[in-house]
Amino acid sequence: MVAQAIAQATAEAITYPAVGAALDIEGVSHAFDIDGATLPVLDNVNLAIAPGEFVALLGPSGCGKSTLLRLVAGLEKPRAGALREDEVRITGPHPSRVVVFQDPTLFPWRSVWDNAALGLEAQGILKTQRHRVDAVLELVGLTSFRNAYPHQLSGGMAQRVALARALVNDPKILVLDEPLGKLDSLTRISMQAELVALWQRKGFTTLLVTHDVEEALVLANRVIVLSDRPARITADIAVDRPYPRHRGDPYLAGLRKQILGLLGLEATW
Amino acid sequence: MSTYSVSDATAAAAAAPRGSVRLANLSGSYGVGLAASLAWLAFGVSSLYWPDLGDWSRTDSLGIGAIVIAAFVLFGTFGADYLGGAGEALRKRAPWLVALGAFLTLWEVATAKFAWLPLPFFPPPQSILEVYTDDLPKLLDSVFASVKLQLGGYIIGATVGFLTGVSIGWSQKIGYWVHPVLRFIGPLPATAWLPIAFFSFPSSWSASTFLIALATGFPVTVLTWSGVASVSSAYYDVARTLGAKPSFLVLKVAIPAALPHVFVGLFMGLGSSFAVLVVAEMIGVKAGLGWYLQWAQGWAAYSNMYAALIVMSLLCSGAITLLFRTRDRLLVWQKGVVKW
Repeated sequence: MVAQAIAQATAEAITYPAVGAALDIEGVSHAFDIDGATLPVLDNVNLAIAPGEFVALLGPSGCGKSTLLRLVAGLEKPRAGALREDEVRITGPHPSRVVVFQDPTLFPWRSVWDNAALGLEAQGILKTQRHRVDAVLELVGLTSFRNAYPHQLSGGMAQRVALARALVNDPKILVLDEPLGKLDSLTRISMQAELVALWQRKGFTTLLVTHDVEEALVLANRVIVLSDRPARITADIAVDRPYPRHRGDPYLAGLRKQILGLLGLEATW
Repeated sequence: MSTYSVSDATAAAAAAPRGSVRLANLSGSYGVGLAASLAWLAFGVSSLYWPDLGDWSRTDSLGIGAIVIAAFVLFGTFGADYLGGAGEALRKRAPWLVALGAFLTLWEVATAKFAWLPLPFFPPPQSILEVYTDDLPKLLDSVFASVKLQLGGYIIGATVGFLTGVSIGWSQKIGYWVHPVLRFIGPLPATAWLPIAFFSFPSSWSASTFLIALATGFPVTVLTWSGVASVSSAYYDVARTLGAKPSFLVLKVAIPAALPHVFVGLFMGLGSSFAVLVVAEMIGVKAGLGWYLQWAQGWAAYSNMYAALIVMSLLCSGAITLLFRTRDRLLVWQKGVVKW
């Protein structure tokens, strides 16, 4: 009886979360051991993200951006420093911080609906919360594909299912690891608009890793530029423009030039 | 693709004049059915027309039966449009019916009528029919004993193999202990254990069950293990960030992802367990089809041997069909699976 009441309370707490959480990265350093040698990847990274912010991480390939995301997700523990979600130290994965990876990594043996339901099923609350799966599929426009299997979907649709699978948990922090990196440019542009719309509607804190300077500027209200490995923060740029943003905006073009310069690519501009 | 060709054919049929359509049908789908009917008629007539060289009691029934089948095929061919699914099935199998009828005719003539093949070793169809009618109880007992032994051993072997495979794929500690044992014992053919098994187990039945389980268990273990070990770590990352506990990772991620491998193991295990079953029945067990074969050979009852062999092959192929049906049902999500 009591257990049931607690389960009920937990379920409701997950159903109606406060909007985005604050994320604090305090003096985080990390390294990998490869063949006995220690390879430093992150060097004293400090970053405070306010609730509901959309932050983009930009940096050269292999600089450790994805590692930082794995630390935020709780999939790995940092060698030094601490990460906190709303003042609570991150010690492991939690459905309030969900990751969307570059590959959709849908489970091929599950239908679209069952893939989207994964988080609720893993937390053991699917039975009472089935409507949330329906709602989130509606949100990403895949209701008519609910019974399809992943191999029947296009790349854009698969990535939308991955997004739905993350959003069904009502995350406080959405972690995006180049989620649009493998899509064709047209699908990419339309999904960027969808992402902004979802973020504005739900209000979760978003942390996006991308290679694409333009994508970062169109989506984020703060762009963090990282150095080559071991990654350090070299710039913290506020993008103070209203949404929806236009790619041809001269203000954004100026920022783009500045950021490409920071990444050592001014010659290509 | 299929709609394209169907509409194409319909268009062609509509364009052609009526007479030529009927003629095309007669020489096309009807023609094969007619040939099938004729082949079976030939089989029936050949067994009734010439006198037998030996003393077989079922020649007349065989001949009449073949003619009845010929009549069924004939009616089925021309009435296919009114028979629905059965008519369609008959039309699809008509070429095989032609081949089968021709083969049976040839067999009948070559054995019972002219003895082109040496007689006791190559019995005619009617003597095999005689086995099925006159020796049915004994044959059924053998089938029942074989199925019981095979099923028991296979289920035990598949279950133990699956559980072992999942445990060593999941836990390195268990793998450390089980892997060398598996490596040492696994590749040994299960039949090599026969002599030891038969004196160390209390009954020949339990010894054979153990051997069949062993033959099944090894491939199932190895393939389940490799299936679990090859699951992409990205799947686990996804599940963990969504709040999955270790039990969820095993039951809902590792096992479903490994299932295609598991079915390959079950298929291989089935094949090797058949071999063990027959050898065990020939050597130690006093029942079953293997024993029936051995017994028939002892009495030089060659028609009984052929009859038992046919039943055995039907059972084995039936078991494999059943396994593949199960797989296709469980793995509908797989694209382009190999069909059997």
